[in-house]
This record gives sequence, C-alpha cells and structure tokens, in this order.
Amino acid sequence: MRISRHFTQEMARTLIWIASFSTLAVMFWILYQVLREGLPLLHLSFFLKPPREMGRAGGIASTIIGTLALTIVAIVIATPLGVGTAIFLREYTREGRISRVIRFGTDCLAGVPSIIFGLFGFVFFVIFLGMGWSILSGGLTLTAMILPTIICTAEEAIKSIPYTYREVSYGLGGTRWQTIRRVVLPNAFPGILTGVLLGVGRCVGETAAVILTAGSSFLMPDSLFSPIRTMAVHFYILAREGISMEMAYATGAALIILILIINTVANLLLFRYVQKG
Amino acid sequence: MQDPFKIVIQDFEFYYGSVMALRDLNLSIRPHQIFAVLGPARSGKTTLLKSLNRLTDLLHGTNHKGQIFIDGREIYGEEVSLPELRRRVGMVFDLPTALPLSIYENVAYGPRLKGMREKSRLDEIVATSLQAAVLWDEVKDRLPSSALRLSGGQQQRLCIARMLALEPEIIMLDEPCSGLDPISTASIEKSLMTLKEKYTILLVPHNIQQASRVADRVGFFLGGEMIEEGSADQIFTRPQNKKTEDYISGRFG
Repeated sequence: MRISRHFTQEMARTLIWIASFSTLAVMFWILYQVLREGLPLLHLSFFLKPPREMGRAGGIASTIIGTLALTIVAIVIATPLGVGTAIFLREYTREGRISRVIRFGTDCLAGVPSIIFGLFGFVFFVIFLGMGWSILSGGLTLTAMILPTIICTAEEAIKSIPYTYREVSYGLGGTRWQTIRRVVLPNAFPGILTGVLLGVGRCVGETAAVILTAGSSFLMPDSLFSPIRTMAVHFYILAREGISMEMAYATGAALIILILIINTVANLLLFRYVQKG
Repeated sequence: MQDPFKIVIQDFEFYYGSVMALRDLNLSIRPHQIFAVLGPARSGKTTLLKSLNRLTDLLHGTNHKGQIFIDGREIYGEEVSLPELRRRVGMVFDLPTALPLSIYENVAYGPRLKGMREKSRLDEIVATSLQAAVLWDEVKDRLPSSALRLSGGQQQRLCIARMLALEPEIIMLDEPCSGLDPISTASIEKSLMTLKEKYTILLVPHNIQQASRVADRVGFFLGGEMIEEGSADQIFTRPQNKKTEDYISGRFG
C-alpha cells in the first residue's frame, strides 16, 4: 500500500512538533523543580551573606563572587586567544598544514572531558607552577576548556562574512589589519558573542575541573591566588554530602537566575549593537 | 617630455592556476579618456581591471607574466605599496557592495584608512564625493542611516562616491550599471562625462550601446585576448576584425 503524500506530511509535522515541545517541556520541568524548591528560600540576605556551618545556614555571597571571578578570568583570557586564533586561521593562513594542525588540536581539546582538564590544571597550574588552588589556576584551566568553543564559533562567524566586503576594503586601500578591524571583526561580533556566552555557560556550570583547580573554600577571596568555591560546586557539595537539600535548591535557583541575567544582558548588548549598525 | 600614456601594459598574461585569463596583452591608455573594455562574458575584462590595482593578489594560485606601468612605474615592482596603488587606482564592482555601515561611513572609509581624522575635512570629502556621483541630493538628509537601506542604483552610486573619496587618478568601473534602471544609468553616464576631465577611466560597459554613448576608445576582448583596439568611432563604424564586427552587430555575445 502506498502511503499518501498528505499522510507523510502530517506525520512529519507531528513528529517535529513533538520533538520541539518535549525539549521545551524538559527544560521547563527542570526549571520548575528547582525554582519551586529554591525560590521560597531566596531572600536578599541569602545573596549578601557568606555561608555558615558548612553551608547549612547563611547565604552564598562568597560563592557568587567566586563564580564571577573564575568566569571573568577564563573569559578575559580565552576570548582574545580564541578570536585571535580564529582570525589567524581565516585571514592569515591558507588551508594547509599549519591550519590543519591547529584544527586537529582544537577538535581534540573539544572532545576532552572536563575532569581531564581538571587533572591537567591540578598537575600543571596548582602543583607545577605553584599557583595552588586559586582563582587563577581554575580560570586558566577553564580557559583551556572553553577555547575550542570560542575558536570554532568565532571562525564560523568570520567565515560567514561575504568575500566582497574584504575585496571592497582592500580595494579602498585597506591593509590586512585595517580590513580585519573595520570590516571583519565588527561583522563577526554577534557570532563571537554567542561563542563567548557558550563559554560563560560552561564556566558557570562546571564542577569537576573547578574542585580540582580552584578548591572548595567558601571564604571570601581577596586575590587571584585565593581558593574559591563556585555556586555550582557549592550546590554539588551541599547535595552530595547531604548537608542541606534546601540550601542546595536555593543555590540552584540563584544559579539559574545568574545565568538568565548574563544571557539577558548579552542579548541587550547584541540588540543595541545591531540597532546601531 | 611627458609620457602621453597613463597606463602601459606590455606582454601581459594572467593565469588562475593553469587557466589563462589574459593572453599576450599590449595596451596603452591615455589620461582623461574613457576606455571601454568590451567583450562577452569570460573574456578577461574583470581580470584586466583587477590586475591594474592588484586585487587579484587576494586570490591564491594566480600568476602573471609581463609588465604593467602606471605613470612609468611598474606596479608589480618590489617596492610598490598595495594600499597606495589601490588608492590611486579606484575600482567599482559589478554588483553594489555597500559595506554594512552608514552612508557617511561608507564614503569616509577610504580617507579614514589613510589616517584622516579631522571631521570638517571628512565632511567636505563626503559631500563633494557624493555630489560627483550624483547622489548628494537624495541622501544629504540621512547620511547617518545605514547604506544597506539604499536602493540598488543608489548603492552603486554610493560605491562610486566611495571610490572618488580616495581621490584616485584612475577609476575602473566594472559594469557599474548592471541591474540599474535607465534613469540611474543615465545619471551615472552623465557623471562619467564630467569625471573624465579629472581622471583616466576604464569602463566595462554593460552593453554595446553604453560603450558607444560614453567611450573615447574601445578594446574588444574575446577569450582573454584583445582582438582589436581603436577609437570608439572606428570600432563602431569600421571594425577591422571580423569577430569585432560580429560582436558589435550582435551576432554573438
């Protein structure tokens, strides 16, 4: 029997609807679970006070600072490195041995599980370079972890810029760097920002690599060499060691709110940027 | 005595990989004239233009033989500065290529690359360039708005203004009127007639009629070879070569 075209059309549509709605449903279910348990515990003091009694009481102020410090260090180092590599691959070399080696390297990095980055960071930054468990060790480890993402998205963004733009810029007497700075980078900015945001997401959510390299101290950090505990690690320890499920959920809710804030700010930035251009 | 020719091309050949795009070209072009590069598709016209400002350098695996002199200086010489060459030899492409910037910034792009920062000087260049490209009246009230919102014809004239802002000596226009309506075409042709007083112009016309309307001299290209070169008058009324005659009379192309 032949299946009618109309029927296959309907089938495809239904399946696609189911796929997208189950994705949404899973996301909302997780959000609902965490927020239902966590939101009632979120008071202003929870954000402003450091943890007490191993996290059974008090707030999460120091872990918020820890999360932000670690993420900022990683992003500040990884963004110029990653974007620079992408520019090199796209504008300064032709497809050849060097670019193949770099691509192979980033592909390998992208496939490495985060715990391996943690182990590397522990051996290299914490022990060998003597940085100890610190924001710097953790930040550098996370840099290595998110570099492939940033390189890859930046390269895609640069690749999507029409060749004619470059031709025009060179034709008007532009040097290579002038062309990159005035035509390539501004047009690649939205794509680069997407890659950076993905990196932020991974930094904020990472636990294994962070515990091994930045420690798990919830004292307020006072320098780049202080150990810290991020919100994700705090959540993990509270839940894993059965210290307080309530506080774990509250931390989870705060973490979700933090990510929402970061994404909203980035989108506003992007919107204003696109409006201007 | 001053050299009567602005551009002298000697035994020039150009290859994309192993494909020959220009063959054994000898051509001299006088200043303050419009030289029309005529010929069907894939006859080497764009390659000729892009060789003159070395935009062909952007592509990999290209090769050339022979020499091109501008004002007596070999442009493939060691000491030639490419940005400098491209400022002297401005080019407009066959499709409108406004950069995603404001109208003002598109025109100011070249001068800014040269390091010009002074606002009043930039304002002046932008205004005179847009006037010369017959676009000023249409855009003078919305210079800060995006150039991508202009119509195709306006964008093409913007590209001409942007090139004029470089204050070049030679201007090259690769089918600047393809895809334009007759009114925009007429206004571009009108501006060409004034521009040639100041510049040497190479034009790839988008049809034979256009060449006959504006050109002083014409070179007919076919398959990478220049078949015939002469004054517009001679080429259009008494072509020497059978192929030129066939093309002019519309038998092919």
